[in-house]
Amino acid sequence: MTQETWILLGATSSMARAMARQLAGEGANLVLAGRDMADLEALAADCTLRGAATSVATKFDARDAATFAPVIERAEELAGDEALCAAVFVGSMPPQDAIDADPSLIDGTVTDSFTGPARFLQMLAPALEAREKGLVIGVGSVAGDRGRIGNYVYGAAKSGFATYLSGLRNRLGRKGVHVMTVKPGFVDTAMTWDVEGMFLVASPDQVAAHMLKAGRKGRNVLYTPFFWRYIMSIIRAVPEPIFKKLSV
Amino acid sequence: MSWKTGTYSGWGRIKSATGELARPERASALAHVAAEGPAIGNRRSYGDACLVSDHRAIDMSRMDKILSFDEASAILHVEAGVPIGELARIFAPRGFLPAVMPGTGFATVGGCIAMDVHGKNHHGAGSFGQHVTEITLASGKVLTPGMELFRATVGGLGQTGPIQSAKLQMLRGKVDVMMVTERRADDLDSFLTLLDDSTATYTVGWIDATATGAALGRGILEEGETGAGLVPPAKRGRRVPLNAPGWALSAPIVRAFNQLYFRRVPAKGRTLVKPIDDFFFPLDRIHDWNKLYGKKGFHQFQCVVPVGERGCIRAMLNAIATSGLASPLAVLKRMGEGRAGCMSFPMEGYTLAVDFRNRPGTRGLITELIAECRAAGGRIYFAKDSVARAADMSGMYPEQADWAALVNATDPDHRYETDLTKRLDLRSTSK
Ligand SMILES: Cc1cc2nc3c(=O)[nH]c(=O)nc-3n(C[C@H](O)[C@H](O)[C@H](O)COP(=O)(O)OP(=O)(O)OC[C@H]3O[C@@H](n4cnc5c(N)ncnc54)[C@H](O)[C@@H]3O)c2cc1C
Repeated sequence: MTQETWILLGATSSMARAMARQLAGEGANLVLAGRDMADLEALAADCTLRGAATSVATKFDARDAATFAPVIERAEELAGDEALCAAVFVGSMPPQDAIDADPSLIDGTVTDSFTGPARFLQMLAPALEAREKGLVIGVGSVAGDRGRIGNYVYGAAKSGFATYLSGLRNRLGRKGVHVMTVKPGFVDTAMTWDVEGMFLVASPDQVAAHMLKAGRKGRNVLYTPFFWRYIMSIIRAVPEPIFKKLSV
Repeated sequence: MSWKTGTYSGWGRIKSATGELARPERASALAHVAAEGPAIGNRRSYGDACLVSDHRAIDMSRMDKILSFDEASAILHVEAGVPIGELARIFAPRGFLPAVMPGTGFATVGGCIAMDVHGKNHHGAGSFGQHVTEITLASGKVLTPGMELFRATVGGLGQTGPIQSAKLQMLRGKVDVMMVTERRADDLDSFLTLLDDSTATYTVGWIDATATGAALGRGILEEGETGAGLVPPAKRGRRVPLNAPGWALSAPIVRAFNQLYFRRVPAKGRTLVKPIDDFFFPLDRIHDWNKLYGKKGFHQFQCVVPVGERGCIRAMLNAIATSGLASPLAVLKRMGEGRAGCMSFPMEGYTLAVDFRNRPGTRGLITELIAECRAAGGRIYFAKDSVARAADMSGMYPEQADWAALVNATDPDHRYETDLTKRLDLRSTSK
């Protein structure tokens, strides 16, 4: 395999860290982007010691578009003419009752989970098209498949992001760049640590490995672990008159 | 920061705790919770050293970054949650090995420090803590060898507060494989003599804890040296899917297995080449092997007795062999005097470790073994015990009261106590 350069947006998240380490083991270049610079610096050192060719920490804040261009510049520099890839893990999920109390939280949630990353990818797209290769992995959520009482704002944002990714796939596919949408089920991350009622929980390592493998094979939409595809097709099939009374 | 109430157990699955757990993934998150309770690692301690009932504890398993490595000095700086086996896997091909490794690669660096663990090279290399050059506590305190708090932290059972990161002096040398020589010992005396006379860097003795009479204490001595060369392909780990039924490790089956295991090595011995992991962490290939003992779980008894106490080892083996409770897992090793903390387990002598199914009679047997060990001037290992009572401790750890005084001064509210320190009253200064 030729050397790949990967941008990981939201690199301090559990799934991103797992993916960064797998890519490090392959000897990739890594641009680790996020808000907690101290943690990103530590992760960059960790990835270098685990085999990454180069691993750098850069600031990325979905709510501050001024941080976007420098991330792209850094990645283009490292990639040269070789493949440039990106994986987007950013998103935020305030509890629904917090949103009920303060509806303005919707703006931030939508920026973190949808419009911020979408704007970033829109800026990145020309660089990917120019190389005529590469892979974009966008992490959506099963929560985006149907609006549910518990987290419909987050779900709506992720659903918007999924629609955006499907359009981006349509566009970049013409130039040999593949875009995969991922919908993880329950994953054992810092974000879900104290969430109750989770079942069949997957580890970040498993999910990251599954994402890389499927993305490279050209999968368009990936449910991970795989059985979420069946769970979600059942949930989607419930007629709305019944669904609106459920609290799943 | 998120706390979640959970029920969790030690490796032997006999003891469990219900309490609140946090699992920070970055330094900033750890800082929020570090004062709330003791740290726990990958819970490879068999008993209750890694359990905190009705209180808070901090799961360190996601604080697992490798922070820096200086090739010139071979000093590696890591977060405390990184498993020791992962460091071996990453650094052995580059010519560096952790200086001391316990029998499981899943033990975290924090757990290795807090138990001051020993490896198959203890007689030469000493304990884990002797190769630690710096410890950073989550409170921000930086400890170096020679400081009182350093000696209280190494082997300190988490009582000085969560360890955030540590610097380890790595062993230099290209290691791709282990060259292993296996020799049979037909009885206890010849076994102990083989152990005394061995000049190998790594040694470990497997003992047939079911053999009686003239064969009492027979076993196989394994001696290992590191080597460079062709690496046999790594085998994939397997998982034990279910709890095994009660008869799986019953007395007749264990006797038959041990017989075969002993005869597998020819009378004149043999030399093999093994992958590093197979030599250091033979059991890790089977994930969750603790389920082999069934739902009731199992005990491990481990003690060390002074070199002059061969008779004590004989008496213990006699009691074990006639009990019918032993499992195939029984280890005998010569230990050196190396230790780095006030409460470290190692002392010069013979160390015996035996797994027991949890059956009526097991606790009684272990209580008897603890008494024999104490009478011989030996001590039992906190990483394994779940049977001893506070009264059994007296004399085993001579520095315990001084250690407790120091620890109580840094943790006056006893926030870092674990179920083990409470059960054995280890924070008491009146002994
Ligand atoms: C198959 C097997 C083989 C073994 N072989 C050996 C052997 O050969 N030699 C040997 O010495 N031991 C051996 N052990 C025991 C094991 O090495 C120790 O129990 C070790 O402490 C386990 O590490 P852990 O990360 O799982 O810690 P845990 O069991 O989770 O915790 C152990 C102690 O360390 C403390 N601790 C953990 N992390 C931190 C931290 N970050 N800061 C402060 N305190 C912390 C806890 O409070 C607790 O007191 C073996 C265990 C198994 C299961």
